[in-house]
Amino acid sequence: MLRLLTIEFHKLKYNKASKILIIIYFGLLTSIALIAAIKFEFGNFKLHLADAGIFNFPYIWHFNTYIAAILKFFLLLVIVSMMSNEYSYKTLKQNLIDGLSKKEFILSKFYTVIAFAFVSTIFVFLVSLVLGMVYSDYNELAIIFSDLDYLLAFFIKLVGFFSFGLFLGILVKRSAFAVGAMFVWLIIESMFKGYLYWTFNGAENTGEKVDAVMQFLPLESMTNLIKEPFSRLGAVRSAANTMGETFTKSYAVEFTTILIVSFWTFAFIYLSFALLKKRDL
Amino acid sequence: METILSLKNLDKKYGAVHAVNNLSFDILKGNVYGILGPNGSGKSTTLGIILNVVNRTSGEFSWFNGKLTTHEALKKVGAIIERPNFYPYMTATQNLALICKIKGISTEKIDEKLTTVNLFERRHSKFSTFSLGMKQRLAIASALLNDPEILILDEPTNGLDPQGIHEIRQIIKTIAANGTTILLASHLLDEVEKVCSHVIVIRKGIKLYSGRVDEMTASNGLLELKVDEKEDELIQLLENHEAIGKITKDHETLIATLKKEISSAEINTYLFNKGFVLSHLVKRKPSLEQQFLDLTNSN
Repeated sequence: MLRLLTIEFHKLKYNKASKILIIIYFGLLTSIALIAAIKFEFGNFKLHLADAGIFNFPYIWHFNTYIAAILKFFLLLVIVSMMSNEYSYKTLKQNLIDGLSKKEFILSKFYTVIAFAFVSTIFVFLVSLVLGMVYSDYNELAIIFSDLDYLLAFFIKLVGFFSFGLFLGILVKRSAFAVGAMFVWLIIESMFKGYLYWTFNGAENTGEKVDAVMQFLPLESMTNLIKEPFSRLGAVRSAANTMGETFTKSYAVEFTTILIVSFWTFAFIYLSFALLKKRDL
Repeated sequence: METILSLKNLDKKYGAVHAVNNLSFDILKGNVYGILGPNGSGKSTTLGIILNVVNRTSGEFSWFNGKLTTHEALKKVGAIIERPNFYPYMTATQNLALICKIKGISTEKIDEKLTTVNLFERRHSKFSTFSLGMKQRLAIASALLNDPEILILDEPTNGLDPQGIHEIRQIIKTIAANGTTILLASHLLDEVEKVCSHVIVIRKGIKLYSGRVDEMTASNGLLELKVDEKEDELIQLLENHEAIGKITKDHETLIATLKKEISSAEINTYLFNKGFVLSHLVKRKPSLEQQFLDLTNSN
């Protein structure tokens, strides 16, 4: 495993474009801390995000993993290109001739995906911990380390998303088209969702029925892993309450969603391997 | 002698195209083999199959008597297929270091092998700045990194200028002289003739011949003759001679294929007694080119 990781790391280390993207990505992850500096003042109305409770433990785990997950697109570019470059440079063929098996080749990419996701998770954990220590109203250990399942969800989400990217990279062999293909897939899922809403239109609980089907699709399930945190925020909630709205939504990380995303991860990696095995190079 | 590679009834179909047809041969340690065949005859496909990048339709092949799996065996093999493929953003040394990691060997031989192929001065230049000849030489260096049991070269001089072709051939000869087994695919006959001891001739995926280069055709040789006059009568006389088969004419020279062993002195005496005075007489073995054309035409 270590051998495969060092092989992949060697390929990335000297690639300027990948290096820059990786640096930007981790730079942006760190800059989540800058949200703390956001202050609005409109006459009487003052909003200082850091004081609004977004950095309170354990809410911060939810908020930061949600925000950090948006940045995953930078790493997606790195991952898709590290796959498709092997095709455009024809180095995939050379790697195999040099004695890497097709299985090892896929595994070396998958291990790299896991490594990226793992390092990102650690990074988000550390940034959130520091931010929370500075701004959180609650500093009891039990509260700090509650709701850590958002970090697990974050990790699973990145691994699933990047595995999808790997698969598309192998499937279409060109990085730009692979990223485009992911976008097309997003549109297909959205259109399917619209179609479901249209089908279940007359029935009761339309939204629930649609979600019951949609939760099995890859991108939707990855989205479901970490639900949007904004409506959970105390300030927003109290504002909504005064307007007569009540939220009964569950924000927790659900085990079934983790299972579904894990299934897709396995499917994408296995399909990549099957595709590579079948192809003549 | 130790068998390095053995192919049994190997078959590959690309849709309707039968690229490799029931191909069997063995590669023994220490020999230099040439795979000869016109373009599109299935040479590269065959090499692709044994190197694990092309899937076979049916048949078997085994490395080192089946003692190793294919991808383990490939770590003991050095191979270059068609164009040299490296990471353009890495330098020569970095590219070779990556191959060392894949093969699981130490990086200490990189400088030595770069020197062998005359690239040591350019070792810190990016691969993308190399000329085709330099890329091909880097490919050879990469194939030599593990001091391979067998070196597989597919059209190593393709697309190179005469200087580059000469350099590559010199390198191949040096390697062959060290006793390394070589399998060289080419459509260039003089290349094979100069380097190889054994040859496998294939056309349309079918094996026409395999064996030593000098035993390729069961030929007794050729006679080249020239006379200044009475040429037609000479042709008639030769056609009736028991040792001579076919006669063809190439410009002013007559070429007679021999059916039986006969010395040039004998034929000279015979013709002189019949009243013919030759201005030119040479007896020689057919060139590889002629043998190859005979084989590919007659089958």
